[in-house]
Amino acid sequence: MSSVLMVGVDGSECGGRAIEYAERHAKRANASLYVAHIVEWSPFSFSTVEENAERHKRREEEIQRAHTEVIDPIVSRLKDAGIDVTGLVRHGHVAETLNALAGEHEVTNIIIGRQGTSMLKAHVFGSVGSRLVQVADCAVTVVP
Amino acid sequence: MSKLKAGFATLVGLFTSFSVFADVGIDEKINLAVKPYADAVAGFVFSSFPVGGVAIPFVLVWLIVAATVFTFYFKFINIRAFKHGFELVRGDYHDPEAAGEVTHFQALATALSGTVGLGNIAGVAIAVSLGGPGATFWMILAGFLGMSSKFTECTLGVKYRDELPDGTVSGGPMYYLTKGLAEKGVGFARLGKVLAVMFAIFCVGGAFGGGNMFQANQSFAQLVNVTGGEASWLADKGWLFGLIVASLVGLVIMGGIKGIARVTSKIVPFMAVVYVIAGLIIILMHFSEIPSAFGEIWAGAFTAEGVSGGVIGVLFQGFKRAAFSNEAGVGSAAIAHSAVQTSRPVTEGFVALYEPFIDTVVVCTITALVIIITGTWDPSVDPSAGVQLTSDAFASTISWFPWVLTVAVVLFAFSTMISWSYYGLKAWTFLFGNNRVTDATFKLLFMFFVVVGSSMQLGSVIDFSDAMIFAMAFPNLLGCYFLLPVVKKELNEYWADYKAGRLVKAKAT
Repeated sequence: MSSVLMVGVDGSECGGRAIEYAERHAKRANASLYVAHIVEWSPFSFSTVEENAERHKRREEEIQRAHTEVIDPIVSRLKDAGIDVTGLVRHGHVAETLNALAGEHEVTNIIIGRQGTSMLKAHVFGSVGSRLVQVADCAVTVVP
Repeated sequence: MSKLKAGFATLVGLFTSFSVFADVGIDEKINLAVKPYADAVAGFVFSSFPVGGVAIPFVLVWLIVAATVFTFYFKFINIRAFKHGFELVRGDYHDPEAAGEVTHFQALATALSGTVGLGNIAGVAIAVSLGGPGATFWMILAGFLGMSSKFTECTLGVKYRDELPDGTVSGGPMYYLTKGLAEKGVGFARLGKVLAVMFAIFCVGGAFGGGNMFQANQSFAQLVNVTGGEASWLADKGWLFGLIVASLVGLVIMGGIKGIARVTSKIVPFMAVVYVIAGLIIILMHFSEIPSAFGEIWAGAFTAEGVSGGVIGVLFQGFKRAAFSNEAGVGSAAIAHSAVQTSRPVTEGFVALYEPFIDTVVVCTITALVIIITGTWDPSVDPSAGVQLTSDAFASTISWFPWVLTVAVVLFAFSTMISWSYYGLKAWTFLFGNNRVTDATFKLLFMFFVVVGSSMQLGSVIDFSDAMIFAMAFPNLLGCYFLLPVVKKELNEYWADYKAGRLVKAKAT
């Protein structure tokens, strides 16, 4: 079975380290690679009538921005490096959505960067890394 | 910001034009100036015919008949689809590809924050004081039947919504009356246009009345009430409260400061939960009296001693307050529900069943039970007391609760105003076109009516608010009757898919 890798990126530096790691492994294993960005969003949040009316437009803009500012530069660089790479953008809770995307694309290993969240912040907001380890249906690599 | 400044200048201008009345206080002047018009409008909409010695307004019969017809036509959809509606709200059928769009939950929650408001707190108190405990029974029945009206109008709202060139979604009776009836032929197309224009006119009135003046009026009443009643420094300063609230509303709708609206939309559901829990606590504290309270409700519904108009009078009060609170058949909610992401319009209809259910069958019933069970209800009490009666009922068990209630009331009022300013604006631009002048004119008028509403006495405000909101039901429900087959077709196709298990369920995560 050929391996399929997926790296989760959020546009930050720790995402950058995860990409380097994913690039090395994809090359070595001749694996295909997905670069995924999740736009934080909850289906159970409260909004005003006007926000709802504009929601569809906003979503298109958010997806567009995620592509141009986060995904596209990475994908084009990795393509130039000779890797079979695809970009993905989706709305949702980060850990759960990464896992769902991994399932849809038969990913064997999810790679994310360690955020180095402080204990307090992790308690209040949760940490994507530890959450992903809890819910994941495939192997998870956390790059320090 | 200059637009905002100009707005305030106009507001103050309109406001000072009332100073032609010399000696009386400012609140009294505003009351005197507006009352005759408000009373005339109310008189017209509530044209009534006598039944057993009671004058029954035609519009109320119109609402109840439609809700009953829809309930039978869709074979008790309000019971049949209750479980499936919950599955949809819970997200069992979310399409993961559509993540980030408006979910069923969000559409319902938004619509609810526009309907759960003073109708549930002040309106119920009015029903119980005028109609006795028995009014509660009819209120619950009206809420239950109203679910079918909501189902119909919200399905149509989604089916005939417009996706505007700028990418926003816009729906509601204006759209389904024009587009829906146009599908039926040339004659119907003309009728649809007329109905849509009628609806839009009444909707603007409803936005100024029930969606604005009633809210401002009752939140001010509660504020005066907790700060010492008649003796309060605020007692004759309705105009001042009005100016402050109008400024806040103006900041949101004219100044583009969406943060205030966003924060309100997050606090309001929390306050609603606090209100329901407090109500349940009070009811449980009077545990032993629950059976007798229900006994009073049941007996009062059919006997009605000492209520003017007897049983018909009780029924009238219950139905009226339920309709005012959940707005089923009025068409306003169809505007809020129409932004949902779905390829099957009828799904939002199922979800919309929960709006009258939560609003009337749950929240209104809790208010009524608290008033009855604490014995605060008293036929001799001044019926115009409205929110004060509910406040006293809560205070009789939890002495400091009126303060919490005040915060809740002001927030409910504010969020309802923001919702209705949107409904009203949609109707207004439907009538006068969408440009900067029409937009600003509506928003200034809206702010102006906040001041008028807080300065007027309850009676006139209630009558005018009721009149405008109920008037919307004439064109809306007439159109709905014609479009029933459309809804039935959508329903039957979907229900067959649902029963056969052909719908894609989201994977449990």
